[in-house]
Amino acid sequence: MKKIINDPNVVVQDMLKGLVAAYPNSLKQVPNTTVIVRKDAPITGKVGLVSGGGSGHEPAHAGYVGQGMLDAAVCGEVFTSPTPDQVYEAIKAVNGGAGVFLVIKNYTGDVMNFEMATELALADGIEVEQVIVNDDVAVEDSSFTTGRRGIAGTIFVHKIAGAKAQAGGSLQEVKAIAEKVVANVRSMGMALSPCTVPAAGKPSFELAENEMEVGMGIHGEPGTERKAIATADDIATELTQKVLDDMALNRDDEVAVMVNGLGSTPEMELYIVNGKVNEILKEKGIHIHKTFVGEYMTSLEMAGCSVTLLKLDEELKELLDAESKAPAFLS
Amino acid sequence: MKLDVQQVLNWLEKTNEKIQMNKEYLTSLDRAIGDGDHGINMSRGFQEAIDKTTTTTYISVSDVLKDVAMTLISKVGGASGPLYGTAFLKMSMVVKNRELIDKKTLENALESALEGILQRGKAQLNDKTLVDVWTPVVDLLKAKEVIKGSELEEVAKNAMESTKERMAKKGRAAYLKERSIGHLDPGSVSSYYLFASLAEVLSEEE
Repeated sequence: MKKIINDPNVVVQDMLKGLVAAYPNSLKQVPNTTVIVRKDAPITGKVGLVSGGGSGHEPAHAGYVGQGMLDAAVCGEVFTSPTPDQVYEAIKAVNGGAGVFLVIKNYTGDVMNFEMATELALADGIEVEQVIVNDDVAVEDSSFTTGRRGIAGTIFVHKIAGAKAQAGGSLQEVKAIAEKVVANVRSMGMALSPCTVPAAGKPSFELAENEMEVGMGIHGEPGTERKAIATADDIATELTQKVLDDMALNRDDEVAVMVNGLGSTPEMELYIVNGKVNEILKEKGIHIHKTFVGEYMTSLEMAGCSVTLLKLDEELKELLDAESKAPAFLS
Repeated sequence: MKLDVQQVLNWLEKTNEKIQMNKEYLTSLDRAIGDGDHGINMSRGFQEAIDKTTTTTYISVSDVLKDVAMTLISKVGGASGPLYGTAFLKMSMVVKNRELIDKKTLENALESALEGILQRGKAQLNDKTLVDVWTPVVDLLKAKEVIKGSELEEVAKNAMESTKERMAKKGRAAYLKERSIGHLDPGSVSSYYLFASLAEVLSEEE
């Protein structure tokens, strides 16, 4: 393992120190926690938005804390859900009296820890609602199992629910719009190489030099298929097609596109992928309202990418285009 | 059988020893079908719990279990933190204000813990989760008037090993579907350590 770290056991604390140092005017850390909040939190009368999860996905989620997006991000250990006490601290820190809304990625641990925190907050008389993001079409959607994972599509939930809350939306309105995003967003990823959790010291899986894994999760969870590496066009086609197969998109529909790098994929490659995604959508007569290419939801130093499509209507478009001052999503 | 504060502490210390000794093993099991952090998280949480219990003076067994619960909830993270934390919290509630745990109380405490795990994790028996170990252990306690350490260990071990042939329906291993078959469930292995340690404490008393 070769990493620029001091001690594998304190990477999260060390990272947060540096993050707050980078944005001293907009972010602060709740003392003795791994919670990052807007410097002006809590904002009286505004619904507080909290997300979080394991670390290692930077800039998710702390990079999305800022006016127009999240009020707080709870940063767990690397790839490990934050604990209920930490989530509870975040809820308290952003409660401006209008309730708190939680954006949770669909992983067993995240859901349980956030729900325990909700129970603590409800006992305190804080109104809490949540949405569970499950955009990864690589996983079969089934109510009998854990179901689909939450990946890069989560960023669109942050952006749109955040804009709604910023515009003065009520807790129920924020919940409704977040659910609308979840219903209309789909993603699919692939990986070329694994990543190493600092405390583990070893890669989470192995891929041969000529192999790729299609449908790989953002913690190295196995995907749908392991096969020989293909061209960027073939990869883009496969990912986009899998996403489209799961969406009701018609000619003249509008979408937002996100081509997300997993950590060590050069922007050059992401743009190559995006070129093909763009071509496929245009051929189908689907209009691209906005495209996001870059690192939004990473997996440490994993190489690979994901493609996310969000079907838009006028309301979603307006909220997607609204101002955001979050360091990792300035718009 | 009766478990006093010292024996409960002993149970927890033995569990911690097994987890620390098998930290790498638990992590490697999790790397195969999960996200590769079970050993790391359990070793961090149980070490913190033991640090807490070895530096505190206890009169009631429920306080021991409650401290363990709160430490696991706040230090483990992942899915294991809420599940084991809830289990210990439920046990603590059942044995409230008692200086000793007798056989019937142990049975009630573990049954309540299992109910808590089921409620929190929404898993069912044979989903390839720690429920697959806790359920037969609770069934054994309910079936027997007297519980022997060796019996408890055997039931827990067989239950743990049986997870190997099952397909996961909950947790991250569920994404693998058929590919999860042939691997032990890491949470069932750590639960086996918990019950194997309890079995040792019971055997010492026999």
